[in-house]
Amino acid sequence: MNINILYFARIKESVNYSSENIDLPKDVVTVTALKNYLALRGENWANLFNGKQVVRAAINHALVDDMATISAGDEVAFFPPVTGG
Amino acid sequence: MTVRIQTEDFDLGQELISMRLSGNDRGNIGALVSFVGLVREFTDNSLNDGDSINTLTLEHYPEMTEKALTAIELEAKERWVIIDSLIIHRVGTLQPLDQIVLVAVTSAHRGEAFKACEFIMDYLKTSAPFWKKEATSQGERWVEAKLSDDVAKERWK
Repeated sequence: MNINILYFARIKESVNYSSENIDLPKDVVTVTALKNYLALRGENWANLFNGKQVVRAAINHALVDDMATISAGDEVAFFPPVTGG
Repeated sequence: MTVRIQTEDFDLGQELISMRLSGNDRGNIGALVSFVGLVREFTDNSLNDGDSINTLTLEHYPEMTEKALTAIELEAKERWVIIDSLIIHRVGTLQPLDQIVLVAVTSAHRGEAFKACEFIMDYLKTSAPFWKKEATSQGERWVEAKLSDDVAKERWK
């Protein structure tokens, strides 16, 4: 399925771009699976998505946990813990 | 209920006057509680304790920010009897002493407004998609999330 991924703050700087459109393999249907999939892209990605750093996720502009299911056409965002206010 | 995300500063006095005097329920307002968050001149992080800040830049997730803040206001309105609420949050590059955020709540009596205002700030701190980056003489760095903010949110559960 095809989804859009957005990256923010420290994560955006680390992967060096802010968004991408991606076709996912059939078995990648949760946030956890997507993180694991992205972690295969290389050392930089592995460091971000191997679970050692806290990376929060939102699907279609709502915060979700790692068990959340991804559907075709979703906008998935990855970002560090928020620090506003 | 109002949410505004903006780069420009806000006039605190004007905003509070407007909270007092606008709306059909204004005759029932007995309390107006507000909180203003400011840019500190000195960092308080253990990484570079005491460095002075040249600028603080706020990034956000535009499509999500307003939804997240509106959801927090709705939650506050469900928990307490409040008349109105306002959140203004600035983004972009700010200087020390600048205003970052305003939360204002009106209610008939002070207790509800105090609680709702604090609740909104605690939730904003932990669930609204903003990220701060400090520029100091030592370079730039992203501000780390604080455990104490998570603890502050937990007490409302």
